[in-house]
Amino acid sequence: MKVWVDRKLCENHGQCAISAPDTFQMDSEGILQYTEGFPADDLEYIEDAMDVCPVQAIFLKGDQ
Amino acid sequence: MTEHQEQRIVVVGASMGGLRAAEQLRAAGWDGAITVVGEEEHPPYNRPPLSKELLARPGSTEDALASVKLRQRSTMDTVDWRLGTRVVASDLTGHTVTLASGEQLSYDGLVVASGIRPRRLHVPGPTVGRHVVRTLEDTLGLHRQLRPGARVVVVGCGFIGCEVAATAHELGCEVHLVEGSRGPMHRVLGEEVSVIMRSWLIDRGIDIITGDSVEEYLTAEGIQDDGGPALAAGVRLANGTEIQGDVVVEAVGSVPNTEWLEGNGLDLADGVVVDGHLRVLGAAHAVAVGDIARYRDTWADGEMRRVEHWQGAIDMAKTAAKSLVAELTGIDPPAPYSAVPSFWSDQFGIRIQGIGAPHRATAITVLEGSLDAVEDGVVIRYERDGSTVGVVTIGLPAGRLVHFRSLLAQPASTPDRTAEAVGVSS
Repeated sequence: MKVWVDRKLCENHGQCAISAPDTFQMDSEGILQYTEGFPADDLEYIEDAMDVCPVQAIFLKGDQ
Repeated sequence: MTEHQEQRIVVVGASMGGLRAAEQLRAAGWDGAITVVGEEEHPPYNRPPLSKELLARPGSTEDALASVKLRQRSTMDTVDWRLGTRVVASDLTGHTVTLASGEQLSYDGLVVASGIRPRRLHVPGPTVGRHVVRTLEDTLGLHRQLRPGARVVVVGCGFIGCEVAATAHELGCEVHLVEGSRGPMHRVLGEEVSVIMRSWLIDRGIDIITGDSVEEYLTAEGIQDDGGPALAAGVRLANGTEIQGDVVVEAVGSVPNTEWLEGNGLDLADGVVVDGHLRVLGAAHAVAVGDIARYRDTWADGEMRRVEHWQGAIDMAKTAAKSLVAELTGIDPPAPYSAVPSFWSDQFGIRIQGIGAPHRATAITVLEGSLDAVEDGVVIRYERDGSTVGVVTIGLPAGRLVHFRSLLAQPASTPDRTAEAVGVSS
């Protein structure tokens, strides 16, 4: 599975960067940067990040 | 003859807190039954847009619901949803809740997630035509009234009042905002920033009435003649001033939905009191999440408080679900609840975002930008006794705030003495 963020929805709230900081980071301008791949153990944190996204812009894609 | 009956957790409340709690129960390994009871007919949906973008552009009812419906984890297929159903009573000793139909549900574990409803003003005048913003229907109904040129009187200037005022103005309405006893967003942002935001809102075209409260709702002329109920058509203030309005919106705070918990000896003075693990004080196998939970906020120097921030419901669901499953199955209990309170608001295209407990500050420092031009971006540090208790950014990309979290003074770990502090005996 890979992380995918819908940039049309994303408002750069930054909550994902608190829940799953290894995957989501806010750059110095406050804009989200993220990596698509993640270790299996991080799934729980990714799911937390999906929950706390106020605009539900974070998705998991692939091999489900 | 004993027949094994499946264990069941009942979640009372099917808004975001109830949904996230149910999801976290499954994530914590609960494989018994879960029943979620919710008063609204809709599946759980996201409320922040109701006073902002959805109020501005809701589209059809179906579009509106689709745009705010909360995504559910696949485990929610295994949940028994009882929507459009209200819980009216409970017996926390006998482990039952009673639905409006009279049906009783027995439970092994209980999640209190019944949330809040808008507080209403009890003043003379028509009760019809006084809008509130809490449900999808509220927003759709109010949107239909926000026609260009309509005179809108918003009573109350917390986040929702300010957001509704800003949205109505953007839709071309003439907006009057009656503050009441304190200024815009005062309870969260404090006096100094509230004064700044008042000026800012006035500059954007909102008429703000300061230092006066509503004494009576005016009655629309001619409406009674057609046999319908009298409609509110503005307000009369305590000083006698009348403000005519085509639309009246009340945004004067909230009331926790605790009536169904009465008769169980709980402290229900302001929500439901919980311990550090979000377990209801004075009840076995019961936890509470979201706006209704009154907990010891370690980020506010241990203040017992309810925090009506969106994010809190999600954070609490995780701790509360684990606490409950731990009690029922003997797994390890989670760490005490200690999430950093965080909140945001959108007004006139500007983001206001904050963390911590800025309301506790005795002084503020501007770290970046200027309070004289908040729309250009400002970072405000809230201080008390030399440490940072909150940070608020205004007019900046929301994601900037993450970088200021490290400024917050870490709470001292204090023993959980909730029961002592609130005087509950169980």
